[in-house]
Amino acid sequence: MDWQGQKLAEQIMQIMLLVFAVTAFVAGYVLGSFQMMVLVYAGSVTLTGLITIPNWPFFNRHPLNWLDPSEAEKHPKPQVTVISKKKGSKK
Amino acid sequence: MHSFGYRLNGLLTFAVTILALMCAITSLSDNFNTPSPSAEIKIMNINWFQKQPQGHDEVSLTMNVSADLQSLFTWNTKQVFIFVAAEYETRKNSLNQVSLWDAIIPAKEHAKFWIHTSNKYRFVDQGNNLRGKKFNLTLHWHVMPKTGKMFADKIVLTGYSLPEEYR
Repeated sequence: MDWQGQKLAEQIMQIMLLVFAVTAFVAGYVLGSFQMMVLVYAGSVTLTGLITIPNWPFFNRHPLNWLDPSEAEKHPKPQVTVISKKKGSKK
Repeated sequence: MHSFGYRLNGLLTFAVTILALMCAITSLSDNFNTPSPSAEIKIMNINWFQKQPQGHDEVSLTMNVSADLQSLFTWNTKQVFIFVAAEYETRKNSLNQVSLWDAIIPAKEHAKFWIHTSNKYRFVDQGNNLRGKKFNLTLHWHVMPKTGKMFADKIVLTGYSLPEEYR
């Protein structure tokens, strides 16, 4: 996933969970069934997980342009010159 | 949301937090329920009334308990625990409560009932004060929820009394 995709995944996850929680509560209250509320909510958590957790292609629509390896070789990293003090060898 | 595990953890934590909130709101919704229970207890017979070897009075009685507790049930009720207690006053204690019978009502369909029974638990006094004693029978109930707060209340039925002499 790219950065935009990560933000999108998080937003989708939060909104879906909140909307489905309200739906589950209303469904349970109207039907008078606590079990119905929990089942609807559990199903919605699984659905949300399936949509937001795996690395789907639509999360990767703004891919980052990593530097091409052949291009990178043309501009070598600058070397840091270090004056090393050689101490007596320890045995 | 950098990796698979990170997203999974975020989802699960948020989901469980919202579930806790839903349970709290569910418990709060129980306050909107206004129950209107009714009950009647008739003492059919005093089976025996003795002074025990240790010196305490004991009564055995048969009673007919009929009640309609259907309005206590909500969508968030797991079961209702009821018990009948005899309450009376003695010189030593201003209030004595002795539990005589209890039951668990698992569903609304079973909440309108009548039962003809002798006392499940022994009606024993701390001493020998029961001769001619006037007492109340109270029906207590505890509405146990599936989640959240438990409600407890009672109905007090007055006008019962024990015989003057042992039999």
